[in-house]
Amino acid sequence: MKTIQAEIITKNIKEMCIEANHYLTEDMKQALHQAADTERSPLGKQILHQLEDNLQIAAEDMIPICQDTGMAVVFLEVGQDVHVQGGLLTEAVNEGVRQGYEEGFLRKSVVKDPIFRENTKDNTPAIIHYDIVAGDQIKITVAPKGFGSENMSRIFMLKPADGIDGVKNAILTAVKEAGPNACPPMVVGVGIGGTFEKCALLAKKALTRPVAEHSDISYVKEMEEELLARINQSGIGPGGLGGSTTALAVHINTYPTHIAGLPVAVNICCHVNRHCSRIL
Amino acid sequence: MDRYITAPYDDQVAKSLHSGDYVYITGIIYTARDAAHKRMYEALKEGKELPFEVENNVIYYMGPSPAREGRPIGSAGPTTASRMDKYAPSLLDLGLKGMIGKGKRTEEVKQAIVRNGAVYFAAVGGAGALLSKSIISSEVIAYDDLGTEAVRKLQVKNFPVIVVIDFEGNNLYETAIKEYREE
Repeated sequence: MKTIQAEIITKNIKEMCIEANHYLTEDMKQALHQAADTERSPLGKQILHQLEDNLQIAAEDMIPICQDTGMAVVFLEVGQDVHVQGGLLTEAVNEGVRQGYEEGFLRKSVVKDPIFRENTKDNTPAIIHYDIVAGDQIKITVAPKGFGSENMSRIFMLKPADGIDGVKNAILTAVKEAGPNACPPMVVGVGIGGTFEKCALLAKKALTRPVAEHSDISYVKEMEEELLARINQSGIGPGGLGGSTTALAVHINTYPTHIAGLPVAVNICCHVNRHCSRIL
Repeated sequence: MDRYITAPYDDQVAKSLHSGDYVYITGIIYTARDAAHKRMYEALKEGKELPFEVENNVIYYMGPSPAREGRPIGSAGPTTASRMDKYAPSLLDLGLKGMIGKGKRTEEVKQAIVRNGAVYFAAVGGAGALLSKSIISSEVIAYDDLGTEAVRKLQVKNFPVIVVIDFEGNNLYETAIKEYREE
């Protein structure tokens, strides 16, 4: 049994909120760089170069990459041999978000009630997903999610008879409808299977996978490659202003499902696909 | 085509801008997003004054992140314009000459742009750090209680935007996609 102090969790969450909003992971930077080389549209190329410049300015001057610093999505893989001391785990996470968004000059974008819409002024509550796993460590992933692309995400409850072609069409439909609203080039996270909510969570988690890393299930890998190619033939392009770079990656997670169902969730993320992880 | 314009601007300038033009704006623009639009819309319905003169002006759909010490503003990129579609036609009919945002607009907004000789510009979404460098000063002029959604008067220099919908109703989102579609 290992003991982790709640305040250590708070400190790490705080730092990670600031880190994720100012620096993208190396794989995302490389994907953007490669896209700028291969983009066919001159305007698209110019936009991709601006996005690279934007990342450099964000890091050097400590200005958030995007003004929408997101709702803080936090994945916690909690080893069942860990004991958290000195406070509730959920409150430790929310306190980290509170401190990170204040001290990091991040935008507070959360409203207390979806209808009455009063800002909570500290970007809490976070959206926290807990997994109980083996071991005596806690793995934290902080993935601030902007709503330009979140608003364009979709869930489809397909019929088993719709099969793999139905799944592909659903994904392509979501991406095409998103178009310029989702700030392309996008990263497309997909969940197939499970129940309604499990499917959405699979899609959200898929966004945290390193770009260009494929599923280890061969038919899923083939789908990822085929869909990326087809999305990039849509013409939407950088900023939705035309071009050959509409998505940087398609990541698909699958899960067992019910005999009567074929849920497909498409969680779209813009090119500011933010996430960082630490193990305590 | 690269164009350099000063805001506010009149009909003549608006009608010289064409879908696909790359435009650098210098001068004064105003920010307003969801909550500020709702309030302005309600103010209009009640016959009250708006926080700034809409005629010949430009609204930037943007809610910045907080400014660090010594800086005019934080990250400052565009938000999705379609959420303002309900409110935009009334403002265009009052003489609003430009909107800066990102993403698609409704047919009603397009018609109001054409009817009034205005322009819908896109700024590059997700480039808020870069775009903040073209903002020289920022002052909250109304709805302070809305925080990031307050109305701000911005002084901008060579603020980079692209004409999406022009006064003739041409729409770059539709034409450019066709050009690069390969399916």
